[in-house]
Amino acid sequence: MKQLLAFIRKEFYHVFRDKRTLLILFGLPVVQIALFGFALSSEVKNIGIAVFDHAHDVTSQQIIQRVRTSSYFEVKDPVINYDEIEERFKEGSIKCALIFPPNFAEDLGRSGRAQVQIITDASDPNTATIVVNYLGAILASYQHQLNPTIQIPYQIIPQVRQLYNEEQNGSLNFIPGVIALIFMIVSTALTSVSVVREKETGTMEILLVSPFKPIMVLVAKTVPYLVLSIINLIIILLLSVFLLGVEIRGSLILLFAESILFIITCLSLGLLISNNTNSQKTAMLISMMGMMLPTLLLTGFMFPLENMPWIFQAVSHILPSRYYYIIIKAVMLKGLGFSYVWKETLILAGMAVFLLTVALKKFKTTL
Amino acid sequence: MNVLLFILQKEFRQIFRDRTILAMMFAVPIIQLIILPLAANFEIKNINVAFVDHDHSTYSRKLVDKIGSSGYFRIVDNSSSYTEALKLIEKSEADVVFEIPAGFERNLVREGSQQVNISLDAINGTKSSIGGGYLTAVLADFSGSLAMNAKIISTGASMQATIIDVTYSDWFNPRKEYKYYMVPGILVLLLTLIGGFITALNIVSEKEIGTIEQINVTPMKKWQFILGKLIPFWIVGMIVFTVGLITMYVIYGILPQGNIALLYLFAAVYLVALLGFGLLISTFSDSQLQAMFIAFFFMMIFMLMSGFFTSIDSMPGWAKQMSNLTPVTHFIKVVRLIVLKGSELAHVKMELLYITLFAIGLNGLAILNYKKTT
Repeated sequence: MKQLLAFIRKEFYHVFRDKRTLLILFGLPVVQIALFGFALSSEVKNIGIAVFDHAHDVTSQQIIQRVRTSSYFEVKDPVINYDEIEERFKEGSIKCALIFPPNFAEDLGRSGRAQVQIITDASDPNTATIVVNYLGAILASYQHQLNPTIQIPYQIIPQVRQLYNEEQNGSLNFIPGVIALIFMIVSTALTSVSVVREKETGTMEILLVSPFKPIMVLVAKTVPYLVLSIINLIIILLLSVFLLGVEIRGSLILLFAESILFIITCLSLGLLISNNTNSQKTAMLISMMGMMLPTLLLTGFMFPLENMPWIFQAVSHILPSRYYYIIIKAVMLKGLGFSYVWKETLILAGMAVFLLTVALKKFKTTL
Repeated sequence: MNVLLFILQKEFRQIFRDRTILAMMFAVPIIQLIILPLAANFEIKNINVAFVDHDHSTYSRKLVDKIGSSGYFRIVDNSSSYTEALKLIEKSEADVVFEIPAGFERNLVREGSQQVNISLDAINGTKSSIGGGYLTAVLADFSGSLAMNAKIISTGASMQATIIDVTYSDWFNPRKEYKYYMVPGILVLLLTLIGGFITALNIVSEKEIGTIEQINVTPMKKWQFILGKLIPFWIVGMIVFTVGLITMYVIYGILPQGNIALLYLFAAVYLVALLGFGLLISTFSDSQLQAMFIAFFFMMIFMLMSGFFTSIDSMPGWAKQMSNLTPVTHFIKVVRLIVLKGSELAHVKMELLYITLFAIGLNGLAILNYKKTT
């Protein structure tokens, strides 16, 4: 036991010696939470719009005023012909144009019907769809104001409730993803590099000839990263609660227990990588490029999994982060208990045991 | 000039010697360019709806059918109660619970209006807002068609309403295919990752092996050293860019609308800026691990702020400024403009200025920071 403690102390020295890497390790979650919380949002606001008003009458001006007051749009200088619209699109300064035909108000008054045209820059398809929806809603509400007396028959009024996220906090979806990503970096990448470095510098030989059990060498290697990961988890949770105002609905104990299970899975993965590689560069490329991208793409926190081709969905089932993401979303954001996530927990535990066994089996006690 | 040629010769030999790095530089980005657009899809389809129909009338069934056949929704269950449907949301098997109250049809016909309850799983904000939008549109359509039918039956009682017709046209990508938007962006990201990481690791590995001292004692000038490191990777980057453009055309049928020469001009300047950034990190770091982490840290911020994942317009002011201070933002914007809309130099001249400034600034710093003493 005393030996093990001495070894763990040695590993901590290694970690604390490299101040810059340590700084990045703790800076990474802080910056990610800040960016996802304050800078990045999936909603679309301040869409650049140019108005091409042939009519110049009261009605068109009233509609433009409505567009102007909406936070979704930022009305840019008006345009005077179609070529100018195209020019603006090509500069990228506007995303859509609203066109009023001549005699807009007159047509509306006399025949009760008038047309407006919306041109969108569909090179960004999502924004184009959203623009049409938003402008359609503004025009519909204006139209409703024009016809106050007429009762529209068969009106279905949707009462919309936003479950788990009444304030529509956009960062909610990202936090579990950020946590999973940080664990992958700290646990998998750093562990894999730390074992390989001993091989590269030749100190592994010294460790192996010492009277210390080889398995204990690996255990001692993982402890500092387990501690670092837990500290990072605490930082992320504190930041999300106090900075972003996210409410942790479920049990903290369950949250930490599940997180530790996932960290152990990541650590085992790191050990497995390090046992099969011989240079820091290869270990880094496998753990950063090879594991990071699937974690980002196939966990479901950036892109919806159900739209992907079946092969990606199949691959996502073998990623530990997928299950951890489901668990943490259920426990932290929805406030559900263990009975809802036992299946995912079991799969994750199975993966951890499997990876750890293979990693220990593969660990060579000779050079 | 002769000195530079010798450094170049050395660097090229080192690049071609290492097969893994060669594979990393050429094969990996191309494979990713082929695969990633299939996965990176923000389109919202297949929203799972659980219905709770308390009315069981002709109208309520029609409404359920209408939502189910709209193409965006998948009916996962017809539950008998709200609590039961909520369970499905908790298990993430449903995204929306759509509750039709009892008396739906009667109230619609007699009183002309009726409420329905929509409960969305709002953890994923995009999905819930787009899903809610689709549902509202389907509802409006449904009540419109009911009104139409009613009008046909009771002819003569037509309404005197003022109607604004909205027509719209989608330019540049009329079928709104998402891949046109994603593929050029992914090409830029891959080029950035490869260029940034490989140069960041380069000088540091000389430091770790110890060969940097041998270089330091030669009469070579600082700028010659940096230029010697930069040119080989610049050439590699241009080749990767070219292969990427070809892949884009062959696999996804995307042909740049604008001037190819202009695209290459931007790529050339951008690569200089990017490689300068990698070299700058490299001169700062003491070990490859450190260089990798610092590079990863900045690359991640650059990528998240670049407008690739989210719209820059909706960022707050300070974030917009920050986004403007990263070269990736400008290059993604330009590549999208030129490839998708055929923009010309006059449209993107400011972008060229920005990227050129980055190129000069980052490389200048790298030269300044590289010290010939250890």
